[in-house]
Formats: sequence, structure tokens, C-alpha cells
Amino acid sequence: MIELKGVGKVYEDGFQALNNIDLAFENGKINVLIGPSGCGKTTTMKLLNRLVDYTDGEILLDGRNLKEIDPIELRRQMGYVIQNIGLFPHMTIYNNVAAVPKLLKWPKEKIKKSVMELLQLVNLDPDTYMNRFPSELSGGQQQRIGVIRALAADSSIILMDEPFSALDPISREQLQDELISLQSEINKTIIFVTHDMDEALKIADQIILMKNGHIIQKDSPNNIIANPADEFVKDFIGKKRLTPKQKLPSLDNFISKSFVSIQSDSSTAEAIKQMTAYKLTNIPVVTQDDMYLGSINLYGALDNQEETIENLVESDTYTIESTTETVEVINELNSINTTIPVVDGNGKLVGTLDPYQLLYEWRVTSEYECGEQ
Amino acid sequence: MIFFQGYMKYWREDYSSILAYMYEHMIISLTVIALSITFSIPLAVYLTKIKSDLIKTITFNIANIFQTIPTIALLALVIPLFGIGFVPAVVALFLYSLLPLLRNTYAGMNSIDPGIIEAAKGMGYGTIQRLFKIELPVALPYIMSGIRVTSVYIISWTTLAALIGAGGLGDLVLAGIGYNDSMMIFTGTFLAIIIAISLDLVINKIEKIFSYS
Amino acid sequence: MNFITELAVYMAENSNELLALTIEHILMVACGIALSLVIGIPLGILAARFQKLAPVIISITNVIQLVPSLAMLAILMLYLGFGFKTIAIGLFLYSLLPIVKNTYVGIKEVDDGIKEAGIGIGMSPLQLLAKIQFPLSIPYLMAGLRLAAVIAVSVAAIGPYIGAGGLGKEIISGISLQDDIKIYAGAIPATLIAIIADLALGLVERKTKKRLA
Repeated sequence: MIELKGVGKVYEDGFQALNNIDLAFENGKINVLIGPSGCGKTTTMKLLNRLVDYTDGEILLDGRNLKEIDPIELRRQMGYVIQNIGLFPHMTIYNNVAAVPKLLKWPKEKIKKSVMELLQLVNLDPDTYMNRFPSELSGGQQQRIGVIRALAADSSIILMDEPFSALDPISREQLQDELISLQSEINKTIIFVTHDMDEALKIADQIILMKNGHIIQKDSPNNIIANPADEFVKDFIGKKRLTPKQKLPSLDNFISKSFVSIQSDSSTAEAIKQMTAYKLTNIPVVTQDDMYLGSINLYGALDNQEETIENLVESDTYTIESTTETVEVINELNSINTTIPVVDGNGKLVGTLDPYQLLYEWRVTSEYECGEQ
Repeated sequence: MIFFQGYMKYWREDYSSILAYMYEHMIISLTVIALSITFSIPLAVYLTKIKSDLIKTITFNIANIFQTIPTIALLALVIPLFGIGFVPAVVALFLYSLLPLLRNTYAGMNSIDPGIIEAAKGMGYGTIQRLFKIELPVALPYIMSGIRVTSVYIISWTTLAALIGAGGLGDLVLAGIGYNDSMMIFTGTFLAIIIAISLDLVINKIEKIFSYS
Repeated sequence: MNFITELAVYMAENSNELLALTIEHILMVACGIALSLVIGIPLGILAARFQKLAPVIISITNVIQLVPSLAMLAILMLYLGFGFKTIAIGLFLYSLLPIVKNTYVGIKEVDDGIKEAGIGIGMSPLQLLAKIQFPLSIPYLMAGLRLAAVIAVSVAAIGPYIGAGGLGKEIISGISLQDDIKIYAGAIPATLIAIIADLALGLVERKTKKRLA
């Protein structure tokens, strides 16, 4: 856990790069710092490995004051990926990835094992690549090495300074995808600086939007689009991403009518059977005339198989009315990760909504709009 | 053909003195090269580390002035301080060789992609570790080519060391001028060129070992 | 202090002779440089126009540069005898490399866009060369000229060994007579010529650069 408390940075020439920053980076998440150039996003990141020292406030790393930690030691504990890749041209790929473990004086065997695993993790065959030099690799391959070099010492925190912005669009997309899937395996605390909103929306768990050394908004990607804090945020996100209201198909198009539900007088065993059959974690419960009552949870049902459905049903679940505007639904979606029941004005269950599908659809639409410009 | 036969005869009769001149030549040159490397490279590295532009300008201007002074004038100018012979020759040629090596090393260090240095810093290399494990190895091809070019020049300049009594192949050429003897002149010239070319090849080989692309 | 007064007195007493030597020195350099401009610029242009000729021309001038200056003068002396003509040709050969190479590089460096524009408005290859490429290469040529002048001043100072005049006469007789005063009386003006040439041509170089920037 990294916490910034009232952190400020004033350069020797009097330039105030950062002003009273309060911020916590979420553990095991991709935290994206974004903003126009000169906003202080890179400076904020460089405070963390003390390539830049702050002049006000304090930074706590797992409760320890950052300034009490020797900067050299600190940097060896954190992975670091930069925009210009910065592979060492005189070292083989193996030695590049092994650089920090060697500085940390790991035993040879352990280093070797780690390097091999990492190369495989980014789909570069160790036997083919480990003895090559960086100049023999394409830009995308080089930055893959750059990323795994940062992972080599098994640090829990990885700093990434616009790591993909110098790559061609196709490599960039690939590396973003790889980072997302990599992160699902390694669960590092990643602090990622970018100026590219598409990139931020794609990879971030948390977006921190900065301007002139201040944090303007800190939110999940969906929330930042749904509820931009001010005009600046709106401008930065871009009008096209914010006004899919007219363009988006009505909610009806996203509602799945072929949903699975269960009647309140059925047996719990029946509900479990349905959920396992359709691979659901929740199932909506309805009365005989299809009025929505609530839903039951698979694990709740499994734990209490002798109970009746009527006793197990959770009635305070989140529902959506079928007449709602699609864009308003999107605004609400940030914390929902299960299928959402959709009801009509009378409370009758008319379908279910897959939030992932909706978000996907919406993103495709907004990207399409951008492409048309 | 007659010339060639005469040439063979000259070599047979005089080979021991020819080799002695060559040996002297190489000793002077190699001493100067060694001195120049041990002095110029650390100085150039130091210059890349400091912020003061004034010190850099002054250092480069001094080195440039040494390089601008006519060689024989520089050789002559150190006589009042060091007398004649080996020492003043080495001192003068050393001063003469400062600029090319200084300039090459400086350029080599400055040519390092700032991304490499930033990555090394961010990964937790200490200042000394960074210098020896990253910066110098990365700049090495530049530095080696600086050493190569400077060495070739030094071999050539060393011919003039004979003018202040330090010996070497220049003696052979001077004697040749004195006696109007083409054998001596050509022998001195060829050997100087051959030493220069061989050194060029040897350092080139070393350069290849250290190159990484 | 004493030495400096003695030197000043000596130089004042022999000012006429020193001045004559200085003029002679400059004259030798001017002749050599003029010759290398007349021959070197066309060679450089030729190398730039005909890519196949470039390596031949550049390596020949490179090899010439590899011959130690004293040896070069000695060899020329064998065929051309003693005197002014020999030294002028020696200086020409020695200052050829910077002139040829810089002319070549200067023409090659001309931006492709500019060349294309020239061709686009209907210039013939010769017009392109005369009106676009050569004028734009002048800053490079000036840098070459500067280097050539410094080298020529230096080599001219060993001219007396092959019977030429110039300030080297004073230096060399100083060395053989072990007369420090004479050494400095020759070396100081020779150094000044080199430094002034370096500074003056450096100024010209910057002026031409600024005009084009």
C-alpha cells in the first residue's frame, strides 16, 4: 500500500509541479495516472522510487516513511518500465532480465528459473531469445522484455512510465492485452502513467486524472465517464466518449429475453440445479405471474439446502427498469459484476442484462464514432 | 629490380639497427597511448558528470590549443622544461593526443540513450555500479574507436620525436634526408605505416569483441 | 622573468628576420592550401556525384594522411629536390583529406527535400550542383579548410629539414644549438599563426553556417 499525504513538489526554479496530493494506490490493481503533459503525472510516479524527491508532505510505503528507505534499495524493490524501453544494449536478453536479481545477489539457479518463466509468460521462447541482444528484437518484443525485466525481482510494485506510447498501434494493443492478462496472474500493484485515454479506459482499475499538479478526479474507468467531475475532465475524456446517448441503441437491445428464472414455490434443489446447469451464480426468483421478488445466490443456496426459496431470496437486489436510458444504466454500472434483472413498470421480470456485454457494445460504438471523425 | 636487390642488401646489413629504431618508436608511441588513455578517459567521464559548462569549455579549449600548436613547436617548447630525449617527446605527444581521445570519450558517454540511464537509475543501480556496468560498457565502442584513431595518429606523430633526440623511426628518415638515402627514408616510412596499420587492425579486433550489435 | 626579458630583447633585435620567416611560413601554407582547394574541391564533388568513385578517392586521401609528415616530405625531397616547391606539394597532399572529405560530406548532407525541390523546378544536375548543393556545403568546406590550415601550419614548420624556410628554421636551429631563446622565438609565432588561423577560419565557418541556418 502506497499512500501520499499532502505531497508537494517545488523545483529549485520555483516551479510547483505538485500541490497537496492526497492519494492511495490500490494494492494488486492497475492504477493509471493520466493528464495533459506537464500535469505532474510522471513526477508523481517518480516520487515513488525517489527519482524525484518531494518537498512537502509524506509518502508511506506499507506504513514506512519513504524517505527513511535508501533510494537504491527502494528502487530494487520496485519494477520500473520506461517509455524509451531502455534495455541495456551491451547485455543479452537474459542478462537484461536478470539485471535486478543480480544486483540483489540472488543465487544463479533462482535467477535462471525466474528469467525462463518470465520469458515464457510473454510468449518469447527462452532458448531462442535469451542469448540475443536487444538490437535483434522488434520494438514490441523489446518492450515485452522491458516489462518482464521489471517483474524479475518479484517486486510487488511496478512503475510504468508511458511504456507503450512509443510503439506502433498494433504492438501497443497487443502489449495492453498482454498486460491485462499478465496482471490477472501476477496481481501486482501497478502504477501506470499515460496520456492516452483509450489506454487508460482499457487497462485501468483506477484512473487518477491530473492537471497542473492537482488531482482532478480519481475513479474507476466507468465512473469517470459516467460522472466527469468538471468541464476539464469532460474535455479530456473527449466529447465523443461522453455523448453516446443518442447514438446508443435503446436498452431493449441489450436485454436478454431468454433468461433463466425460478418460481418462488420451487424447491431449493431445483434452483441449484438450474444455476449449475446454466453456470450462474445468481438466479432471479419470480411469482407465478412473473413478478420479480429478488434473487438467490448459488453459495447461499448450497449452504442452506433445506431452506425454502422464499426464505433464501434476497429482495434488496439491484434491478433496472426496462424503460431506462441506456446511458443512465452505464452510469450506474461501475460496481455491478453479475447479471442484472430487468423489470417493467409493474415490477414484472422481463429479462436480464449482462453488464459486460453492454459496456463492450458501448465501447465499440464510441470507438466507431471516434474513427468516423 | 636493382632497387629491390639493393633494398634487400640494406635490410640484411642493417636489420638490427632498423629493429632498434622500430622498437624505440613503439616504446614511445605505446607510452604516449597508455598515458593518454589513463588520463583522457577518466577526465572525459568526469566532464560528462559535472554541470559546469565553464570547466568543460576551458578543458576542451586547452586541449584544442595543444592540438593547434605545430607539432615541432610543441616538441621544442618542452625542451627548456624537460631537456631532450624520451621524456620531453612523451610529454609533448601526450599533450598533443589529449583532444581526440577526450572528444571521442565525451561524445561516447553523451551518446548513451537517456532511457538507458533512467532505466538503470530506476532499477536501483548505484552511481558507481551504473558507471562501470552500464555507461562505460555502452560507450565502449565509441571509446575504442577514439583509442584506435588516436593511436594511429600517435604512431605518425612519433616520427617527429626524433627531432628532439628521442629516436624512433624518425631518426631513420632524418638520416636518410641527411645522406639523401632513399633506402633509409622508405624503410622508416613503411615501418611507421605498417605499425600504424597493424595497431589499427589489432584495436579493431578488440573493438569487435566489445561491440554488441 | 629573466628568460622572458631575454626572449623579448632577442625577438625585438631580430624582428626583421622573424617577420620574414613568418611571411615565408604563411606563404608556404597559403600555396599548399590553395593547391589543395583547387584539386580537393573537384575531387570531393566527383566523389559525391559518382558513388563508385567515393571509396577510392576517400581511401587514397586517407592513406596519404597516414604517412608521417616528416617521411612524406623526405620522400618528396627524393624526387623533387629541396626547396619551396617540395614543401608546397607536401602541404597540399597533407591538407587534401579534410578538404576532399568535407566537400564530399557537405554535398551528401544536403537535405533530400531541398534537392527534390531543385529538380522539381527544372534544374539540370549541373545547375543543381552549382546552385544548390555546392553553396549549401560551404559551411562544411570551411570546417575542412580550418582543419587543413592548422595541419599545414604544423607541417610547414618541419620544412627546413628539406631545405625550405619559415619559422621552423628558427625552431630547428634552436634545437640543434640548445638555445631555448631561439626555440621560443620560433615556436611562439608559429603557434600564434596556427591559433589565429584556427580562430579566424572558425569565425568564417560560423558566419557561413549562420547565413544558411
